[in-house]
Amino acid sequence: MSQSYSLSTKRQPMALKLLIWGFIGLWLIIAAFPFLWTLWGSFKMEADFFSKADWFNAILAPRTIEDHGTAFIGQGYEGAWVQEEFWKAVINTALVCFFVVCTSLTIGTLGGYALSRSSYRYTFWLLITALIFRAMPPITLVAGYLLPFFEWNLWGHLTTTVIVLVAINQPFTLWMLHSFFQKIPKELDESAKVDGCTQFQAFRHVIIPVMWPGVITTGLFSFLLAYNDFAVTSMLLSKENQTMVPKIASFLGTTQTEGNVMFAVSAVVSATAPLFILVMFFQRQIVSGLTQGAVKG
Amino acid sequence: MKHSSFFWFILPTATAMLLFIALPIVSVLIQSVHTPHDAVLIETENCGPFGCTTATTIDQEATRALRDEKPLGKFVGLEIYFDRGHLAITEVAETWRNAESIGGFFADLNNLPFYRAMAFTLTFTFTVTPLMLVFGLMIALGVNALHQRIKGVLIFFSLLPMIVSPLIGSLVLFWMIDSRGILGSALQWFFEDPDLSMKASTGLTWIMLIVYGVWHAAPFSFIVFYAGLQTLPQDTLESAQIDGASRWQQVRYVIIPHLMPLITFVALMQLMDNFRVFEPIVGFNSEAHAASLSWFIFNDLGGETRLLSSAATSSVLTIIGVSILLTPVLIRTWRDFNAKS
Repeated sequence: MSQSYSLSTKRQPMALKLLIWGFIGLWLIIAAFPFLWTLWGSFKMEADFFSKADWFNAILAPRTIEDHGTAFIGQGYEGAWVQEEFWKAVINTALVCFFVVCTSLTIGTLGGYALSRSSYRYTFWLLITALIFRAMPPITLVAGYLLPFFEWNLWGHLTTTVIVLVAINQPFTLWMLHSFFQKIPKELDESAKVDGCTQFQAFRHVIIPVMWPGVITTGLFSFLLAYNDFAVTSMLLSKENQTMVPKIASFLGTTQTEGNVMFAVSAVVSATAPLFILVMFFQRQIVSGLTQGAVKG
Repeated sequence: MKHSSFFWFILPTATAMLLFIALPIVSVLIQSVHTPHDAVLIETENCGPFGCTTATTIDQEATRALRDEKPLGKFVGLEIYFDRGHLAITEVAETWRNAESIGGFFADLNNLPFYRAMAFTLTFTFTVTPLMLVFGLMIALGVNALHQRIKGVLIFFSLLPMIVSPLIGSLVLFWMIDSRGILGSALQWFFEDPDLSMKASTGLTWIMLIVYGVWHAAPFSFIVFYAGLQTLPQDTLESAQIDGASRWQQVRYVIIPHLMPLITFVALMQLMDNFRVFEPIVGFNSEAHAASLSWFIFNDLGGETRLLSSAATSSVLTIIGVSILLTPVLIRTWRDFNAKS
């Protein structure tokens, strides 16, 4: 496949063209098909989506039609959202994500700005420390939280989880915003200071109006971290405060044995849908965020 | 920037990291050398007409008092590190004495849970990382050769496996690979074995997890390499073409050297990220065949009896592993920084 590269599309021989199209088509299927399949299957009965007789039943859904008269049923969703109260988890996720993103960006912007504007040696050591912290697996930190959180009765609350996620998020946020602020010319706020502004006023009136592209990109990644987290949320939240991902995991333990695996399938589709929309609107920002750190070397 | 204003700007974020990243690491270190107190026992002697019997009862009050006084437990040094659930020093030494060959030694070592988890974690890390690099590079080269208009759609769908939570992504694949799911049925048909189940064998479970790992991580390398391809110096490539370089030679001698810094970056990041593989093991429900170090910690922390000391010990060992993989990243950052200033 590595032979498939060419400078311009015009000079590709037919065979190579077919090979490229075939490979990219295959990748497209590998990447997207599992999600479409699960979305389709979430409207079927378990006997069809996990058919012992014939996998084709998942497409035509004979059992679903037989029992319900229609090929599309919402029972999985009803069971998950109403019976198992998935809506609570959705609200909790919304709360956690909102507060994590806001807090993380506020303190991260201040810190990242300071790191980009100070020329002393200690900024380097702070950035290195942040890099080491970024490498720590969250689950190892959770082992350190539990004992003190139990002792001081902090365990189980949404607030605690938000603060922990903000902290875990900081190393990445700092690096990203630091490199973003470095691209904003220093002369901008230097001249404001010459005109008599304090450092904070310069930040407030000169930097804040121009920093939004970088802040939005960073905010997207903070959101994804909070939204996708499993290690912290599953360990630090009590049952009634669970967010979506640990809630789905709890479906696996309890309801799968009762034959309600479709609850979990529907919940997974419900949790993926917002990400779908997010990528649709913010594709450019996500791509630029992913490449930002890398392309600079 | 003045020291004082720097201090105030950095204070909130530094406090957050200090309290919730630095201190927990210290806390984990301390917990790993402590173990919960044993219950305080009292022996009472009951003498009756048929002689004396001693009964042992737990002194609830004294036990609680002791636990309240020192919630950390008692100091045991490195004992937990060496016990059977972790490094299993005695068992390893015994295996070493009894083993007839090196191969037999490693086979026996596989019976110890920690070493089994370590074996999976390392295999996962060192297969997924090169595979995702190669796969990502192939997609990037392919997409780059295609027509401009469909690139947006391609990038959109490529981002999905990476952006969904690892637990959700692994569940989606797990349901397809189930023996009653579409992929599971396809494999049964392909190998003409109606009893084939990916969940039943260790080898197949490992392959399944590695396939998931590549599926999840390839988009990242694709996006980064694709961005790198956009900055490819066209004149170098053209002169290579004039010199008669074949397409393969162009890739080998022009494109890959150009992308090398990015390849190193992605590889180093991925080694660290893959080493902490955790959610897929929960999603694929694979702990019987493949557990990782992170899953060990999760397992100790969850459940009725929270084995905090054991989890802390596994955490310290995981942190040591991560630190080893982190060293080249730190050296690189150090070099970059010194080159700049």
